[in-house]
Order: sequence, then C-alpha cells, then structure tokens
Amino acid sequence: MSREAILGRVRAALSADRSAESSPLLSYPRTGTLNTEERLQMLEERLHEYDARVFHCPEQALAQRIFEVLSAAGRLRIIHPAALPTSWHAAQLDWTPDSPGLSYAEIEAFDGVLTGATAAVTESGSIVLQHGPAEGRRALTLLPDYHLCVIFENQIVETLPECFDRLKANAAAPTTFISGPSATADIEMTRIKGVHGPRFLDVILVTRPSNFPKLTFQ
Amino acid sequence: MRISLFITCYNDTLFPHTGKAVVSVLERLGHTVDFPIDQTCCGQMHFNTGYRRAAYPLAKRFVSIFRDAEAVCIPSSSCVAMIRDYYADLADENHDQELAADLRTLLPRIFEFTELLTDCLHLEDVGASFSHRVTYHASCHGLRSLHLGDKPIRLLRHVRGLDLIELPNSDRCCGFGGTFAVKNAGVSTAMLEEKLDAILGTGAEICTACDNSCLMHIQGRLHRHGADVRAMHIAEILASENREREGTP
Amino acid sequence: MTLITVDPLKAPSFPKAAAELLRDTQLRRNVAHATDVIQHKRAALVAEKSDWQALRTAGAAIRAEALRHLDRYLEQFEKQFTAAGGHVHWASDADEARRIIAGILHDAQADEVIKIKSMTTAEIDLNRSLESAGVRVYETDLAELILQLGHDQPSHIIAPALHKNRHQVRDLFAREMHLPDLADDPPALTEAARLYLREKFLKVKAAICGANFLIAETGSICIVESEGNGRMCLTLSDTLISVAGIEKVIPTFAGLEVLLQTLPRAATGERMNPYNSIWTGVTPGDGPHNMHVVLLDNGRSNLLEKEITRQTLQCIRCGACLNTCPVYRQTGGHAYGSVYSGPIGAILTPQLFALEHAQSLPYASSLCGACYEVCPVKINIPEVLVYLRSRVVDKNRNNLSSVFSQERIGMKMMARIFLNHERFEKAQRMARIFEKPFIGQDGWIHKLPGLAGQWTAARDLAPIPAQSFREWWRGRKASQ
Repeated sequence: MSREAILGRVRAALSADRSAESSPLLSYPRTGTLNTEERLQMLEERLHEYDARVFHCPEQALAQRIFEVLSAAGRLRIIHPAALPTSWHAAQLDWTPDSPGLSYAEIEAFDGVLTGATAAVTESGSIVLQHGPAEGRRALTLLPDYHLCVIFENQIVETLPECFDRLKANAAAPTTFISGPSATADIEMTRIKGVHGPRFLDVILVTRPSNFPKLTFQ
Repeated sequence: MRISLFITCYNDTLFPHTGKAVVSVLERLGHTVDFPIDQTCCGQMHFNTGYRRAAYPLAKRFVSIFRDAEAVCIPSSSCVAMIRDYYADLADENHDQELAADLRTLLPRIFEFTELLTDCLHLEDVGASFSHRVTYHASCHGLRSLHLGDKPIRLLRHVRGLDLIELPNSDRCCGFGGTFAVKNAGVSTAMLEEKLDAILGTGAEICTACDNSCLMHIQGRLHRHGADVRAMHIAEILASENREREGTP
Repeated sequence: MTLITVDPLKAPSFPKAAAELLRDTQLRRNVAHATDVIQHKRAALVAEKSDWQALRTAGAAIRAEALRHLDRYLEQFEKQFTAAGGHVHWASDADEARRIIAGILHDAQADEVIKIKSMTTAEIDLNRSLESAGVRVYETDLAELILQLGHDQPSHIIAPALHKNRHQVRDLFAREMHLPDLADDPPALTEAARLYLREKFLKVKAAICGANFLIAETGSICIVESEGNGRMCLTLSDTLISVAGIEKVIPTFAGLEVLLQTLPRAATGERMNPYNSIWTGVTPGDGPHNMHVVLLDNGRSNLLEKEITRQTLQCIRCGACLNTCPVYRQTGGHAYGSVYSGPIGAILTPQLFALEHAQSLPYASSLCGACYEVCPVKINIPEVLVYLRSRVVDKNRNNLSSVFSQERIGMKMMARIFLNHERFEKAQRMARIFEKPFIGQDGWIHKLPGLAGQWTAARDLAPIPAQSFREWWRGRKASQ
C-alpha cells in the first residue's frame, strides 16, 4: 500500500525534527479599525474596482430597490434560492424558486439570480457565500450570467480574519468567495472581465435604522 | 577608531584604487586604518559555486584574522553578505563551535564601506567633492542582503558638485552573479544589455556602486560598446576632493 | 516557435535552452511586458498592506508547521475528508497517480473529462496518459486552453501562456475554433473561449482539478481561481478528482485567513482573485457526489529531512518569484526544462526529479535575491540554490569528466592559493604575466581562452594593475 509507504517515508524524514513541538505564534492584525460608515464606503469602492455595481437602500425599501435594479438591468426572469424571503419579490417580475429537479441548462437560461450572502469583506471587496438557505446551491450563483446579491450592514466585516471568525462555525459547508465578476489575466496579464462565471455582478447594500429589528437568515 | 580593512581578493588584485580610496576617506575622517597582510579571500566564490568544502577553511581563516578587530571595513557588499548570511551555516555544518562563537561576537563589528560611514561613524557628509553626473546601481547583495537602502545615496547627495541621476530599475540585477557570468554567459549578457540601456539613458558620465564585481561587468560591456561612461566604486567618489586639476574623473 | 520539452529527464541544459530562447525576440518581449505589468500591480498592493511582513512570517510559519508534522496532518485530512463522503488515494509516483485516476474515470464510465489548471497534473503529464487511454481531455483555463490548442508547453506557474501575446492567441483561436473574423483584443478572445467551453461544462460529467490547499482540520479543499472555469468543473461534474501534492496540506481552516491575503496579492496583484471555492467531501444536493483526492508524493518526501530543502515545499505556487526574476525575464519558462520554471523551478525540479537530470538548474540564477524578497512564504531560494550547487559538486566528485573540468581544477587551485597570503601574492604576479599576450593595442583585453572566453565573448576586461593593493600598502608603510 502506497499509503503506508508514503507515511513511512514522511515519518522517517521528520523523526529528527520532532523536538520543535511548539506551534508557531502568529502575530498579524486580525481586526479592522474602520467605523461602520467607512467600512461600507470602502467595500463599495473595492466592489467598483472589480466592475461590480453597488446600490443602497434602507431595509424597508428592499423589495422596491430589487425591482428597480433588476428591471433597469433588463433582468426579468429571475431564479432564487427556495428559502429566500418572499418579501424580497417584487410582483412585477417573474420569480422561480430553485428546486432539485431543475437541470443546469435550465438554471443557465434564467436572466439572473438573486441571493443573500453570508458575509462581505471590506478589505478585499469579497462577497462570501456558505450556500445557506438564502444563497442556494453553488450552481445557482454560477450559471446565470447575472447575479444580484443583497448584503446587510451587519454582515460586513473589515478584514479576512474577521470573516473567517464568522465562517468557522460552518466550516464544512461549501464556501465561495466572490470578488467581482469572473475575469482572467491570462492574456498579457491584463484583467479582462467576464469569462465563465457570471459576467455581471450587482450588489445592494442594505442599511438599517438603528432601532430596526435585526433580520437573520440562518 | 582603529578600522581593519578587508580589501577582498579581487579588489586587492584588480581594483587597488578602491582600497586606496577607502584608506584615504577613513584617514581624512581621522581614523586609523589597519591592513592585516595575511588576509586573502572570504570564500564567496567557492561557496556560491558549490565548492562548500573549500569555503570552510577560508571562513575560518577570515574569522581568525579579524577576530580582535575594533571594526572591519569591507568595500564589497557581496563579501559582507557571504560572511553575514553563510558563515554561521559553515560553522554549523562543520560542527565548529569555536568558529560559531567567534563569529557571533565578530559579526556586529563587520561593516560594508558605506554602512561603516553611515551606521558606525554616523556620517553622511564625508567632505568629498566631485563635479560629475553620476548614476547609482544598487547591487543585489547590498540591496537585499545588507539592506543598504538609501545609505549610499545619502552619502552621494552630500558630495559637493555631484549631480546624481536616478537609474531606472536600479534594483534589477546587472547579470554578473559571480560564476553565473561565465556559466550562463548568454543570459548574463542579455541582463547586462538591459542595464546598459538604463545607464546610457541617464546621460550620466559615471556609474557607481558598492561592488566592483558588478562594475567590472558593466564597465566591460561599456568598453566593448565604446561608450563614454565610466564605472567607478563609490569609495573613489567619496575620496575625491576635486583638487580641480582633473577634468576627467 | 521555439519548443523545448518540459520533461526534466529529456530537457537540454539551462544554458543550451536559454541560448535558443534568447534568439526569440518576440517571446522575450512578451515575457518582459507581462511580468512588468504583474510586478507593478503586485508592488502597489503590497505597499498598501502595512502588515505585509507579518503576513509573510505567518504564512511561512503555517506552511512550516504543516510540513514539520506532515504525516499527522495528512492523516487528519484523510479522516475528515473520508468522513464527509470523499475518497482518498495515495500515489507514490506519477505512474501510480495516473493509474489511480484512470481507474476512477473508468469506474465512472467517463470518456471525457474537463480540467482546471493544475501544476500537479502537468507534473505527472496526466493529459497525455489519459488521451492514450482513450479519455478526451478539455483544459478549461484560458491559458491552458491556449497551450492545448497550440500544442504548446507551460512557461509560467500561474499564467502558463504568458509567453504568447494577444495577436498570437488570436491567430491560434481563429484557426482552431474556425473563427476567421476574430478580433485580437483580449475581451474578444475571452468571449471566444467562453463560448467554446460552455457546452463542455454542461455536458462533461467528470472533472479533474488540483488543490491550492488541503485543510487538515476540516478535510476541506480550497481552489483559488479567476475565470469561473474552476467553479464550473467542481460544481457541475458528477465525479471530481483532485490531484494534490502531499505538501499542500495546512493545519487549520483559519490558516486560510493569512494565505488568502498573501496568495492573490503575490500571484496576480489583486486584493482577491475573483473566486475561491472551499468544500468538504460531498454535499448532498450540491456538486459532485463522487469525490476523490489523490495525494501524490513523487519525490516530495525526499525534501523533508533537511530544513534547508524542506522549505522548498512551503511553496504556494504564486509565481511571484518568476515575475521578479531577471533571469526568467530574459528566457521565459521553457528554458527550465520542467513545468516548474523560474527560481522555484530551479530548486524544485532538481530535487523532485533526481539531481543528475537538472544539474544546470541550480546555476540558472545570478543569486540576486529578488525571489526571496517577494516570496509570500519566505522561501530563501538563493540559500537553497547554493546548497543544491554544493550537492551537484559533491555528486560529481568522482565523475571523471568533471574532475578534469577547467572549473573544478581552477576552483581547487584557487582554494589552495587563498589558504596562504604569500601564495596569493605570487598568483597575483603570475596572473599579470599570463595575461600580457592577451592585452590589445588599446590596453584592454578582448579575448581570453577557455572558460574566461565566456567573459570576453561579451565584455572587455581591464588588465590587472601593475601594483596590487597590498603591494601599495607595504610600500606606504615602509616609507612612513
């Protein structure tokens, strides 16, 4: 068995160096320093740099804002995770909840997909999905050419370590970091937007009046 | 201060002017220079080419000669890098605890020439004057092993009459690399050509550096091209007092 | 087009391959341009991170810890990944890995496979063996597609078609995809690739990927990419095979919070690449239900014993050392005769594929140190290069042609001379005599025999001054 052979070689090679048992002390800044407003602003800047569009709205106007963004983008047939809050659905659009019976070709044929997110990271301009109920299975945010993602203020963290603190509880879940629309730098190292993943990424940042009750997904 | 000079084997043989310039600067500043006559080579060429076993006795030799020096001045950053970065490994792999111990106490007293001036003697103006257009090539070992940063530049800025012109991509290797220049002559020359383009583009009369090895390589190609630019060790510029008889450096 | 094999067992020596590539001025322009672009982006993003050095140190520590207890972390990964419904296979060498992969595809009745760019599968030359076993392979990364369609070789760790410019890619795509009117701007080329591959993603049910990281704590795999072809392969396939070197494991999930900060900045000069996927075994209702990992040794365990060589395995394949390397800049990647090129290739290839086949690689560096400076996990590449050079010299100690080589004789002589300063002085005087016949009318040396002729092939040499420094010093002392 190669398993035993490989592990045997590894153990033999390392046996002399087992004395250094101390695990490394890692010291690097883990937490951010921005206030809420700065955090939002920087996230928006970073998303813009990746060619994503960013919209704002207070929580009570979310459905209206979703409608405006989608209709202005000409995205009328929308697929969404089955557990997405129905309050987000603007009546004028054609909504289809995901279901296990939908084939990849059928998912691809929608104008776009609407989801929530698990977290967003200001510093890297990333949206993170752990594919919970409001985010859906991974194919959903991959095949349609357009992705509209709703992010709440309390989901935004400044640094990647802060993000991993949030992801830890559900570490075994499939996790996708999305930092702008798909792109490539394979020709002359120049970033070109739009290869295989969605070519269009829109984000709605939802700000909440401080006395507004918290909305959670999971 | 009593400063022991390790001139290095190739400066001793090929660039005695650099050594004289170092002596002249240090004495002008009121220090005493000492030259242990039994010194030869730090072992860098052997070590870097893979002849590690031959480098070990040379390392031992260097340390025993300079062990008691108040300060050691070396006008070659690659030789300083050899001593700082690899002598401890040589001591270690030869289980030479005496060498390791001597080295530990000696290392803080070893200085590359411009380091000696700025870090040990805390000087930026060494009283030099040199009325020429000069560009500075940051040799790799000085830049990345010794972290000389802008120390040589600060010294040059205080030279009266000197017109310092920035060299584009001055941190890119000139292609010397010791035996690399011979073992990979083609690539070495291609790298050198790019360096030459940059140097000639500055319009400088002089290209200077802290290492004569790079400069020998650069000067060799400049001469082959018939270019009118001279390569010159930084010590020779800092030694210059422009008694204004020489129209050419 | 210059085509030099990237099989280390057959490749020419570095200087020979380089000589050929140096004549390819188009390739050199392409490489210089692309690496300039990426270096500037990287430098700007590193400069904005005040904690960059701390992150490098942390990244190095994470990788070093994983290697120090590699057996423990591999077993932990295996246990967790298996518990999550995945299958783990162990391959001692390339041949075993290829057989395992062919077996999985055979069991899955797959005669087509889509692939994510993977250095490890390139290392084991997987595509050729699959094709000869009747499996059609589709590379889905844009650069890999360019290489596959052009029957070309990878020349860079993260941008394997970096040696091709837009015009060359345009001509290739126009011919291979039957698109005579294709424009040569990168967006048009990218769109052509999107359309060409779209149906493959929806149709082909088996996929092969590498792994950027294997996470021992959770049994997860992490893949870092830009185009979304990776997500397509690892989400839409039924059967997914990840081929990973045993060194790819990291201890904890949280380790990613460091490495995902440094890798994108170092690799492509981005704060974050467009997509990172992390998954653990099989997730019901989401992605492949038949999930395999092949853990490949292929010489890696030989690097573990000595710390100086072990650090080679810390590599996270960002390619920053290639982009900054002044040697790579001149030759591009093919000169290194291996899928691993540039400074990291110069230390990895000779260690993975027995030293005798890559003796020239440790010398393919001017030791300028730029690679170490940019490495996000602090691999001291110059230190390893110099160490490997000593292994080459030691290995050839009893090799007759080497014993009588000018280099070895010269080095021996010099070593003896340097042991005694009187001998050294004598040698200095002798050298002055020996060089006399070679001094030209202008007072310079233009041509020397033997090894030194390599110097004078491109550079003149000033003659040795009449008086050495020590002679001057002695005279000065005497007159004082």
